[in-house]
Amino acid sequence: MSTVATSQIKLTPEHARPRTSVRSRLQDALPKIVLAPSFAITIVFVYGFILWTIYLSFTNSKTFPSYAITGGRAYQRLWGWTFDTDPPSSWYTSITNMGIFGFLYILICLALGLFLAILLDQKIRGEGVLRPIYLYPMALSFIVTGVAWKWFLDPGLGLEQTLHQWGWTSFHFDWIKNKDFVIYTVVIAGVWQASGFIMAMFLAGLRGIDGEIMKAAQIDGATTFQLYRRIVIPLLRPIFLSAFIVLAHLAIKSYDLVVALTSGGPGGSAWLPSNFMYEYTFKRNEMAVGSASAVIMLMTIVAIIVPYLYSELREKSR
Amino acid sequence: MSAVTTPTRQASGGMNAKIVNRIVIYGLLALFALFYLMPLFVMLVTSFKTMDEIQNGNMLALPKAPTFEPWLKAWGETCVGLTCAGIKGYFWNSIKMVVPAVLISTMLGALNGYVLTKWRFRGATLVFGLMLFACFIPFQSVLLPMATILGSLGRFGVTLQNTVGTSFGLGNPTVNLVFVHVVYGIGFTTLFFRNYYEAFPTELVKAAQVDGASFFQIFRRIMLPNSMPIFVVTVIYQFTNIWNDFLFASAYAGTGDAMPMTVALNNVVNTSTGVVEYNVNMAAAMIAALPTLLVYVLAGRYFVRGLMAGAVKG
Amino acid sequence: MLRKLLIGTALASGLAFAAHAEDVKEVQMLHWWTSGGEAAALNVLKGDLAKEGYAWKDVPVAGGGGDAAMTALKAMVAAGNYPTASQMLGYTVLDYAAAGVMGDLTETAKKEGWDKSVPAALQKFAVYDGKWVAAPVNVHSVNWLWINKAVMDKIGGTEPKTFDDFVALLDKAKAAGVTPLALGGQNWQEATMFDSVVLSTGGPEFYKKAMNDLDDASLKSDTMKKSFDNLAKLVTYVDPNFSGRDWNLATAMVIKGDALVQVMGDWAKGEFHAANKSPGTDFLCYRFPGTDGSVIYNSDMFGMFNVPDDRKAAQVALATATLSKSFQSAFNVVKGSVPARTDVPDTDFDACGKKGIADLKKANEGGTLFGSLAQGYGAPPAVANAYKDVISKFVHGQIKTSDEAVTELVKAIDDAK
Repeated sequence: MSTVATSQIKLTPEHARPRTSVRSRLQDALPKIVLAPSFAITIVFVYGFILWTIYLSFTNSKTFPSYAITGGRAYQRLWGWTFDTDPPSSWYTSITNMGIFGFLYILICLALGLFLAILLDQKIRGEGVLRPIYLYPMALSFIVTGVAWKWFLDPGLGLEQTLHQWGWTSFHFDWIKNKDFVIYTVVIAGVWQASGFIMAMFLAGLRGIDGEIMKAAQIDGATTFQLYRRIVIPLLRPIFLSAFIVLAHLAIKSYDLVVALTSGGPGGSAWLPSNFMYEYTFKRNEMAVGSASAVIMLMTIVAIIVPYLYSELREKSR
Repeated sequence: MSAVTTPTRQASGGMNAKIVNRIVIYGLLALFALFYLMPLFVMLVTSFKTMDEIQNGNMLALPKAPTFEPWLKAWGETCVGLTCAGIKGYFWNSIKMVVPAVLISTMLGALNGYVLTKWRFRGATLVFGLMLFACFIPFQSVLLPMATILGSLGRFGVTLQNTVGTSFGLGNPTVNLVFVHVVYGIGFTTLFFRNYYEAFPTELVKAAQVDGASFFQIFRRIMLPNSMPIFVVTVIYQFTNIWNDFLFASAYAGTGDAMPMTVALNNVVNTSTGVVEYNVNMAAAMIAALPTLLVYVLAGRYFVRGLMAGAVKG
Repeated sequence: MLRKLLIGTALASGLAFAAHAEDVKEVQMLHWWTSGGEAAALNVLKGDLAKEGYAWKDVPVAGGGGDAAMTALKAMVAAGNYPTASQMLGYTVLDYAAAGVMGDLTETAKKEGWDKSVPAALQKFAVYDGKWVAAPVNVHSVNWLWINKAVMDKIGGTEPKTFDDFVALLDKAKAAGVTPLALGGQNWQEATMFDSVVLSTGGPEFYKKAMNDLDDASLKSDTMKKSFDNLAKLVTYVDPNFSGRDWNLATAMVIKGDALVQVMGDWAKGEFHAANKSPGTDFLCYRFPGTDGSVIYNSDMFGMFNVPDDRKAAQVALATATLSKSFQSAFNVVKGSVPARTDVPDTDFDACGKKGIADLKKANEGGTLFGSLAQGYGAPPAVANAYKDVISKFVHGQIKTSDEAVTELVKAIDDAK
């Protein structure tokens, strides 16, 4: 292929001329100028709003934002709820569920996505059919697919009843009705929804890998397994980072998943922090508590993501 | 090419191992396809049942007397609020919001990724880190401040309208939604492109620079043609997220005229004290997802291998 | 393409603004009544306004029983774009009124005589600081039993008058192999049922003190403990799959005869009607045993916002039409609720509706019309939701005993106050 080579030849001649200093300075600044608008709106509309949220968490905001600082009562309440384990407070349920859900969801999606991408990358006939099949769950609104999953998992309506009708009467699967297991059904539905996209990300990564490297390794006698473990997967590292961020963000924002599938679960046992945040900010008119929970979530994300980012990005900038 | 199904060792192992290998691969792919298709099956059979059958039968059973009625109703008769003309009218509202938002955010992401990997400057990594963390802001906590800002922009638009004669789109609900989705989308698009370009050979860019190619020339002639797979991924992601967004759409769409498809679908499906028509809901959900599915299939065709291998050879 | 789009939308918005300056003959209405039956009911109002020359700008946002609409409303108010009116519930009206964004309909109210015809209990939410800020649309009542008549006949049951009667009836159904009680195990359904249980166990005085005044002594009392005991007893009569079930699926169990009875608000009647069942012959509506004479209500209101002067005429027209007798009757016949004014003739209503109207009148006069705590008419949302948490945790076993439930309830309500 010589696309790039020919395009290089066609480059305009004016740049061959000696540049004026203003011009060259402009050229030098161009990358920053291109990046500046994106960075500026991020600063205003993300970090500005985060500051606003932090501010609100120290006020007595109820239904509407109120701007008189009243202290850290919202944090005191959250702190107290963190240790309310019997009966579990909604906050305690939310954060423990976040741990279980976040870990399993991210791990399974990454593993399944990579696995499917590698399988699909084996020169598969019908890739064009299979890919949309893995991807389509993303396209459907969860308020409806949630109902479909709810029925499917309901012992009286779906899988269990069907298998009983087929004669397998000892089959028992009632996680969705069980306060200790309902969060795992959220994991199942979540993985179903997102893993296809993760597959697509890895597939794009695999398609971007230089075939020459692979060929060279094969000639050296590497097995398929070794090839993927030693060469391909390390090359996919940036994709892992992208996939992890996407999944972590989806996990943290999984609100409708819980509502549509479980309506909060038996006794609120399926709550995630996003449910808590929404409930308190908008339903219970305790905006200060809602904001404080958002701040705590953001801080937790910082604690988890920043070291990962640091190691990931520093290495690259060597 | 990266697909390696016949490593040298297996070549000596003969055809049998290869065939078994293929059977296992196709078997696994088919098995997972079943897992992904199952809820779709539930939705499909439900959408062809009458309400009586849904209330009385098994959710997984095939319809006894299949009916197209729910699909017709979802398309052209069901009530979205007080207007009972189905969901067909809401496609355009969504499309005129989603297409600009996806295009703008994707292009910005591609440019940002290009700058952050190939035109590194002091602090580039920090800038990237900050933009990346932006992905995590909970949308619930930006809803109100963003509304306040959009409201002021809208009033400014009215002033402009009265003085200059045009509001430049300020205050228009569709423009507002495009703006919001671009703002909260660039974190992801930048992430995708930056991480894809990270693996892109910098030598190519250096060589072009030496040849006197400008910033945008390199982007257009070298980066873009080699970015097909990541473009596909980004477009899929952005299109899906923006199409399916409910929170912003319901809060900023203003009066019903600009109501996007997701809000309409939600109005069809969700009811607090009314009678729920599951068959119509399922059909409506599938109809509403058609454009997104179309994007998956069409964009998927460009999931081709990048041209990099060829490019390196030059 | 993109440019064209942007320019196009810019032009469109320009036109919209130009139109606003002249055209005020329209009402913008935010609501979450989007299902077929609800929309049909509200369409009556749209028609009434059309006759007077007012256009209806529909802003429907469904989801979460109004949660999504209230979130959208908050954003609209933050942006300074008030709708003419919005469907609202109880304390939300008062919150917005306190924030100073509601209009003033007192003149209209005087002219139309709302003071006399609207029950005082509703006025508590529709009137803020002496000003009418909302127009009540209907009154729902939650202390109802919905019974499948065929099953009732089969087991030879009669209307239960006391809680013990009720338990005996449930026992009979159990013995006959029918699921006695159809319950959807979601927190609002459980709490709605508990509202009735408290009224039945403690009587009207106690309900008011505990559930509306949030009186500490009453919340801590043995009567409250007894109420939890009674709730626990009821929960033993549900089927094992009740958890997470939607209310309408629970109603469907009663319609199909799989279950004997459901405790639910009067909107359940809509499901029976949709299944072509009629009261008296196919299903029975009784008051929750031991609560006859009292009504636990919730009500939908149209909150009226402080719109610019050129839109006020449309708002007044909307409010007047909403509380007109003809609309109140036509709307509530379809919706399953009863009119928000007590002087509307009951001729068009079915047997259950007639009873509902009579009960409301009696309760209003006798001072036994109470707000439902589960439905947000007993206390502000923070308290109401804390209450739902505790009830749901009790039903699903996170809270194990009635003693613990009482302690938790007091704690949760204190914390939320």
